Amino acid sequence: MSVVAIPETQAAPAPASRRQRLPLVSLSIVAAFVLVALLAPLLAPSDPYDQSLRLRFRPPVWEERGSWSYPLGTDRLGRDLLSRIIYGARVSLAAGVVTVLISSAFGAAVGLVAGYYGGRTDAALMRATDATLSFPVILLALILAVTVGPSFTNVVIAIAVILWARYARVIRGQVLTLMTLDFIAQARIAGAGAWRIITRHLLPNTLNTLVVLITLQVGYVIIVEASLSFLGAGIPPPTPAWGSMIAEGRDFVTSAWWVSFFPGLAILLVVLAFNLLGDWLRDTLDPRLRQL
Amino acid sequence: MPAVIDVRDLRTHIVTRWGTIKAVDGVSFALDEGETLGLVGESGSGKSMTCLSLVRLVPRPAARIVGGEVRLDGEDVLAKSEAEMQQIRGRKMAMILQDPMSSLNPVFSIGMQMREPLAMYHGLRGNAVAARAAELLAAVRIPSPAARLRAFPHQLSGGMRQRVVGAMAIAGPPRLLMADEPTTSLDLTIQAQYLGLLKELQQRHRFAMIFVTHNLGIVARTCDRVAVMYAGRVVEMGPVRRIFTEPAHPYTRALLESIPRFGVRRERLTAIAGQPPDLARLDAGCAFAPRCPAALDRCAEAPPEVTIAPGHTTRCWLHGPA
Repeated sequence: MSVVAIPETQAAPAPASRRQRLPLVSLSIVAAFVLVALLAPLLAPSDPYDQSLRLRFRPPVWEERGSWSYPLGTDRLGRDLLSRIIYGARVSLAAGVVTVLISSAFGAAVGLVAGYYGGRTDAALMRATDATLSFPVILLALILAVTVGPSFTNVVIAIAVILWARYARVIRGQVLTLMTLDFIAQARIAGAGAWRIITRHLLPNTLNTLVVLITLQVGYVIIVEASLSFLGAGIPPPTPAWGSMIAEGRDFVTSAWWVSFFPGLAILLVVLAFNLLGDWLRDTLDPRLRQL
Repeated sequence: MPAVIDVRDLRTHIVTRWGTIKAVDGVSFALDEGETLGLVGESGSGKSMTCLSLVRLVPRPAARIVGGEVRLDGEDVLAKSEAEMQQIRGRKMAMILQDPMSSLNPVFSIGMQMREPLAMYHGLRGNAVAARAAELLAAVRIPSPAARLRAFPHQLSGGMRQRVVGAMAIAGPPRLLMADEPTTSLDLTIQAQYLGLLKELQQRHRFAMIFVTHNLGIVARTCDRVAVMYAGRVVEMGPVRRIFTEPAHPYTRALLESIPRFGVRRERLTAIAGQPPDLARLDAGCAFAPRCPAALDRCAEAPPEVTIAPGHTTRCWLHGPA
């Protein structure tokens, strides 16, 4: 038997790296905003609630009348815009993360139960899901704001009450596929009960999807919260929220553009960063989920 | 001593839009310790449904066990509560399924998955679990078992995974092991190894075994007795040797003629004429009659079970009381 020498270059082609590069830009934007939100009292140059009517509509520092004491200018009550945006990050991120966590936990539970039990349970839960998905978030939030009064809690409730349905749908779909696989049957034959199969076999196999969906939804929730605040059904003033800040500057866009512009820019950056991060996670964890 | 598993007149029906399907229609058999029964028949003949009925895991709500008796070591399985069934499944009756590619949870390491039955059945914790898991892997001939505990299913070959499934199945160890075409998706050489392994495990633990297959070659090698199923009924049952040398039922004969044999020159293999019956439209008569080369007028009536030799029974009018 002869040994054929294989030229080294042909022997082992370098395995193409399947993992994509880390999305450094979106990661650092998200990290920066999280840091800013956590360290708001240390980073904000002045008190976000401090009014001074003499200092109304100061432009950003690079404009003619701008000064370093108000780097991004002031709003119609003379409050420092940068400080308000920094504190606003707390509201937006908290609303985004809290809402998404609540709705994903509930929605995933519904999806797991519906997919596992099937039959009538599934039909009932999925009809409830469909009904929920057909209800506009903004309308519900307005009703809540009018009847109970606008507050952070109500914003979270209004969005979470609707948002869970998306998780339920997607997770149920995944569970249905998983249920046809032998390892679920094998677990049942091994004597595992419903709780064990759902928590130990189904949930871990849907975590990829859940993480991707959660990340993608944070951006969406931030936009919805901002829309609600813009409409006055969200976080009540004087708490700095980006949406209501845009609304406050709306009447002065022609004369004092910065009042609306900078909060809008903040929303844009955060949402874009979360979406890009979600896209990257999806491509890395589960490329089959393109439709999400 | 009662038989390990004693099944009498088991009936499982599936309700569909097109009618009620008698997936298991009066199946009876009994197995002693260390005995192996081959359950043979074409797809849809009720082999798998029979096994699922024994552990009461028929797909609900469409399918239901509507009658009969299943006794495991003398205890009535069909009378147990769902909680009691969970104690029996896996511990006393285990099953190995067909597809090793999907029979392990892809997100957990082998060690993590093996912890589950060991903790459930024996209340093992911590290091004891890992030690016992490694022992079980060694028992199914997996090389360097301790290292394999850290491997994930996708890192193992099909044969290896099926061995892991086997290791989990004998964790009980069970009184009855059901293997539902466990080697269908394995390479031929691996198949033989795996069958040898199962027989070896059976000799060690003395469990009764039900081997579901459509491969008569496997039956000849591994089983003591054969039950041939057709349309939910056992049409013939007997010792392996007799079934192969003196098949009584025309369907069994047809099955045997459709496998190629070494050393026998034949131009073409005989196929069984006609189509498998529509299970939703069966009448009382023999379900094989429309395809049977030896069909009689009486075949429209239900054929009785006749004993033609000790331990060898068939349901066919050809052997019926005159």
